[in-house]
Formats: sequence, structure tokens, C-alpha cells
Amino acid sequence: MRVPLSRIAHGRSGDKGDTSNIGIIAYDSRHFGVLVREVTAERVKARFGPLIEGRVERFELENLGALNFLCYGALGGGGTLSLRIDAQGKTMAAGLLGMEIDIDESELTD
Amino acid sequence: MIRIANGQGFWGDWLEAPVRLVEQGPIDYLILDYLAEVTMSIVQKQKQADPSMGYARDFPPLIGRIAAKMKERRVRVVANAGGVNPIACAREVKRLAPHLKVAVVLGDDVYDRVDDFLARGLELKNLDTGEPLADIRSSISSANAYIGAFPLAEALATGADVVIAGRSTDTALALGPMVHEFGWRADQFDLLAAGTIAGHIVECGAQCTGGNCIADWQTIPDFANIGYPIIEAEADGSFVITKHRGTGGRVSQETVKEQLLYELGDPRNYITPDCVADFTTVRLADDGADRVRVSGIKGRPATPYLKVSISYLYGYKATGTIVYSWPDALEKAKAADGIVRARLLALGLEFEEIYSEYFGANACHGIAAPAAAQPAEVMLRVGVRGKDKKAVDRFTRELIPLVLNGPPTGTGYGDGRPPVREVVAYWPALIPREEIHTRVEVVA
Repeated sequence: MRVPLSRIAHGRSGDKGDTSNIGIIAYDSRHFGVLVREVTAERVKARFGPLIEGRVERFELENLGALNFLCYGALGGGGTLSLRIDAQGKTMAAGLLGMEIDIDESELTD
Repeated sequence: MIRIANGQGFWGDWLEAPVRLVEQGPIDYLILDYLAEVTMSIVQKQKQADPSMGYARDFPPLIGRIAAKMKERRVRVVANAGGVNPIACAREVKRLAPHLKVAVVLGDDVYDRVDDFLARGLELKNLDTGEPLADIRSSISSANAYIGAFPLAEALATGADVVIAGRSTDTALALGPMVHEFGWRADQFDLLAAGTIAGHIVECGAQCTGGNCIADWQTIPDFANIGYPIIEAEADGSFVITKHRGTGGRVSQETVKEQLLYELGDPRNYITPDCVADFTTVRLADDGADRVRVSGIKGRPATPYLKVSISYLYGYKATGTIVYSWPDALEKAKAADGIVRARLLALGLEFEEIYSEYFGANACHGIAAPAAAQPAEVMLRVGVRGKDKKAVDRFTRELIPLVLNGPPTGTGYGDGRPPVREVVAYWPALIPREEIHTRVEVVA
């Protein structure tokens, strides 16, 4: 079945210069594998289209049931240069959590 | 065990938070994080205008307000409030709280040494772009090395009630008191990493106690009285994140995890002046109501470099807005944007970038935003950035006329034309750590 990522995960996003960092965290650590399978760097890049000019790099934190994405060139120059309202990428996590993922009903433990 | 509380996540954070932390329960250290990259250039400008300024001006009055309670409850303060003028900051604190002992950490400010560095072949290349600093030498407005926890611990060893640093790292503000209290050595990397990650969790204040928390935010109680975070630190490097009883907000594994991920790069390589911390070793456990226990943290030796934060005048920018109501609000806003761009082109004005956003449609998330069939209103926000101040100034005159000479229902221009702002940009670089010599002074 298809559900929004927000069904199984929460997160927070911020900035490092012109790089947006998006942390995605499984509510239930048993869903870490689903995150790894469904939320790839390629899908994150595609999700935001032209908002992310550079590549997307993914890091795994299995201990926290979490993934960390670095989206390069995603903040319109970043810091004080950016002309975007969300120059620090504060809302990027919410934007990613709206993405639909495929999950087996048996994998939904709630 | 020692209790270290953070009462300020940035300069401009809630003024009541540090006062409440001192008054509403037991703490041993109150830390206050005032500095962001851009802040340094702001305080540098203030110092150039008035040599007695150049620090976080909110800080001395705060200390004046809590000084009696600090003495009564034996609370010590560690803050990076000094900006580019820690001694002036300390003197103002002494004026407002004469019975407190105040120490400053100096040596982070390398603004006057930049030419010497360049002359000796230290290029201070931009960490992001690789460009040499010489390209922008004439535009530099501040330069500060990030200093770590040990100079802060040295300042605490003087017995000071208040320790004021310039550009210390945010995490060092928490680690410094641990190094001082527990006698941690510079080669105990697991312990230093633990204190660093504790500092990372609390460095943004209430962002780890329920603020800006996506998980279940509607159920987070009493935001109006949100409790700021407290680290209960143990000598073995384990710690509990909590807040004062009876305060609002929440401390849970969710709130702590969100903050752990905030502004994180490569989780195995969180580089600080004191160590390299590994976020993949963090273990969290529930420890009662509004308490999360953190343990297991591993670290590695620090690198041979310190980061230098340089600010410089980059150019100018301006952003202006117009609101269009339904029907066809988005179409009107897009038409208006096209008209502005055509007029700028006709004027022969050149900009590095012209950027347009449509509030109420997709400003935050672009193509990831859900489609709104017929938004009630859309705000067009157009921004330009360039080196030529006159061109940016001319742009600011191109929005309001649209209300009369563009698509219908344009409104919301009441604040007049937008201001032209200086763009002070940030240039991160590395410097060999032996170049930076910190020293501690007690200010009489």
C-alpha cells in the first residue's frame, strides 16, 4: 500500500551554508529498513526537483532509526545570500515527509 | 552529577528562558549561545561605529537581572556573548553586577592577523568553493577562529562566576563545564565526544524540549511556558536530557532525536576543536517523565586545524511582495512577476539572481507542495541580488506600480518599497591550530 512517509517517520531539517540537511526518523525503529529501502537519495532529489541544484548524499544512523540527507545547492546560495523565504531549509523535512512510500500492510505495526 | 542548562539558542531567543532556568529549579551552570556566523559581522560593524560595543548587548542586562539569584544558588554562567569585544562586554557585566567575578577568553579574533596569515602563505581557502581568500581580502569585515572547551574550562578554573568567550563553538559551552568539573583530559575522546553531543542537543535551546518538533506536536503541553533544556552530566560521559518540573514542552526520545539530526553533516565525523564525535554511537533510553538518558558515545582525536569564520561584504539584495486575491490568484501573481522581469530587462539592469516565490502556492516546497485548486490569495515575493547597489535600488521601485498598472486585485504594499540590504556573506576556512593562542583574563 502507499502511505505518506509521515505515517511512519518524523524529522527535522536545517542548513549548513547552501546545503540543506534533512533528518528523517522512524517512529518505530523496526521501520528503519523501510526508510532505507524507500527513501533513497535519488527519490529525495526528485522530490524537490529544481529546488535542489546539486547532488543528494544519504547517511544512515541505525542507532536512532534515522537517515540524514545532505542536499547540496538547495538553499539558493544559503545564509544571507539566499533570496528564498526558507533560506535555512527549515520546512524541507515536512516537505519530504509528504512523499508517498510503498509499505506492506504487515510492516505497519500500529 | 552537574546540571548544565542552556537558556539561549541564538541572539534573539526568548528573554525569559534564562531567568526561569535560574529561578524554577536547581542548575549549576547556565550556558548561553548568542553567536551565529552572521552575528560576528554585525557586532564587528557595531564596534567600528563605537569601540565600546561589538558584543551581544542583551547579555549584560540579563546578568544584572539574575545576579542575586546566581550568587544565592551558586549558578555560574558560560556564554559566547563577547562577540568581537569580550572585554567591553565583561566591563558592562561588572558595571551591572559588581560583586560577580568575570573572566574572558581571548584569542579567537584574528581580524587583525589576516594579512599576516596571507603573507605567510596560509591561503584560508573557502572550505566550500576552494577559492583563495585573497580574492575578497578588501571586503572582509570579521575573522574569528572557533575555539573549543579547554579555554572555557581554564576560565572556570579562575573561580569566575561569569565566563565570556568570543567565537567559541556552541557545543564547547556545555563541554567546558564538564572538562572543568570532571577533570577530563584532552586525549579522552569518548568523554569529549559525549560532552560535545550533549552540547549539540541543547545548543538550540527549546528545540530539544518540544519546540519545532514535528512528532505529535499538537499534544505537546504548554508551549507558552516551555522549559529550556538541562543536561544532567555524569563523570563517565553519560547524561540525561531533561527540563525543570512544572514547565511546558516535552523531553522524549522523539524530541531529542530531532535535535540530534538538526544541522548534522556526516554523522560519523562531527568535527569540533576538541574531538571528532560519532553520532552513530549514541544510545537513547527513557528515564522517566521528560527525561532521556544518553550513553555509549564514542569519539576520535580532533583534526590539526581549527575552523575560521570570516565574513565579508558580498553585495546587495532586496525582496518585495504583492498579494493577489482569488479568482486566479496564482495566475495574476505569475503575470505580475513576468511584468517585473520584462521591465528590469528593458531598463538594462543586471543581477546575479532574480528569484520569485508564490506564497500560498508553493514557496516552501516547490514541486513537492500539494496542488491548491483555487487559493484564496497568493503573495508574490520577488528578490534580486547583485553587486551593483544602484540596480538593486532601482528594482525596489518596480513592484508597487503594478498595483495600478498590472493585473487586478494587487494589494498588501502598505510598507512601501522594500529596503536595499547589504549582503554580508560567510567564508569558512581552516587554519593550523598552533596559529591560535587563547588566553584567559579576569576583568576587574
